[in-house]
Amino acid sequence: MKPAVFEYHCPSTLEEALQLLDEYGYDAKIMSGGQSLIPMMNMRLARPKTLIDINHIKELNYIRVTDSDIQIGGLTRHYQLQQSKEIEQICPLITEGVKLIGHDQIRSRGTLGGSVVHADPTAELPVILSTLGATVTLASTEGSRTVTTDEFFMTFLTTTIEMNEMLVSVQIPRPSANTGFAIDEFTLRKGDFAIVLAAASVTLDEQGRVKSAVLGLGGVDGVPVILDEVTAGLIGYIPDRNLIAECCNKIGELVDPEPDIHASGEYRRDLCITYAARVLELAAERAIKQ
Amino acid sequence: MTQNNLKNITVTVNGKEHSLSVEPRMLLSDVLRDELGLTGTHVGCEHGICGACTVMMDERPVRSCLVFGVQADQAKILTVEGLSNADDTLHPLQEAFREKHGLQCGFCTPGFLITACHFLEENPHPSREEIREGISGNLCRCTGYQNIVDAVEMAAEMLSKDKKSETDQCTVQAMQP
Repeated sequence: MKPAVFEYHCPSTLEEALQLLDEYGYDAKIMSGGQSLIPMMNMRLARPKTLIDINHIKELNYIRVTDSDIQIGGLTRHYQLQQSKEIEQICPLITEGVKLIGHDQIRSRGTLGGSVVHADPTAELPVILSTLGATVTLASTEGSRTVTTDEFFMTFLTTTIEMNEMLVSVQIPRPSANTGFAIDEFTLRKGDFAIVLAAASVTLDEQGRVKSAVLGLGGVDGVPVILDEVTAGLIGYIPDRNLIAECCNKIGELVDPEPDIHASGEYRRDLCITYAARVLELAAERAIKQ
Repeated sequence: MTQNNLKNITVTVNGKEHSLSVEPRMLLSDVLRDELGLTGTHVGCEHGICGACTVMMDERPVRSCLVFGVQADQAKILTVEGLSNADDTLHPLQEAFREKHGLQCGFCTPGFLITACHFLEENPHPSREEIREGISGNLCRCTGYQNIVDAVEMAAEMLSKDKKSETDQCTVQAMQP
């Protein structure tokens, strides 16, 4: 299995890359880590005429923490996120979630931007970013725009990014104090694509009652699913196992996952309920410990 | 194949610098095997599942079937050929694989060795569970992994005993010409 012939460009600045995108349009494909694109090219499921390899655009590889948010360049690799002490301290959901991505070899090359733009609904980063209320900045030669993940993800492997645009960064609001996070996924083998993926964030007030909570699910629809209907039942209460279980039971009516060779729709629904309760409980527990 | 599509690259493999012209669609695994004759790196699935083609690129393990050769320009690569010492004595991992029967047919072995080499650098005293996780990106169809886990465990002990001799550190070796 060898890729078809393509024209190769390796710009070293963002400006150059965006100009190439303008020039080649639909014929071009941007490559960052290539851990999803190259397998597709090897199998000739993807045959881009022109490849714009952005690996040398150093200005797209950074992790910056400000008073209000965490800004991450699109070319930041998974292992860099995994190793960042700053991120682990401020937003451990990212650290914990990135460890679930594929294997060491994949995390060496794979990038944040690549994973987000690839928009696989069973991938960890899209669900993590949606759960954290992140925004995504897209640039073109005409300027840049910032959109929410909700506006960004359309359906399976499809986003609202325009032909001449490129993802340049992601912004994650700095989590407030007394927030706990958790993420877990059901896979057939370690590192496989998730069958169901659940992430949660729980923020408590001074009295230990739930001030806000977010539950994100992957693998149940074409895009990451945020179930406010579930977490609304926790607001104002001291979180406990029974209350969480009760809220999570609603999930059965809220999601309608497709069956595939690995699991029936019904089984996936059961997994959603189990994993959602598990991450919400753990997130609440961690919020209490803070 | 159009000749004008060729790109010139310079890549350091196992400490030796090579300048060559490659077609951009050529995978790093094929550049290593076909252009440089380093057939120790094995090609299994060619779409990033089996891990047989794992090499070290700039001190990180990568699947060489998921990197284009042209992307290795200016990079430092370590393949299984670079693991043994200059005097041809085996790397502790290689010795341990032989000792514990971690090879069987040997096809997946180069990928396992490179993966394990990096894994042990990051985690010199792993538990068996951690070893299993560390090698989870590599598939073996013969051994049921038991002997491979035994081998990595043995290599960890050998390496920690040898700690004073820095030459067994893969990255150090990869950097040396």
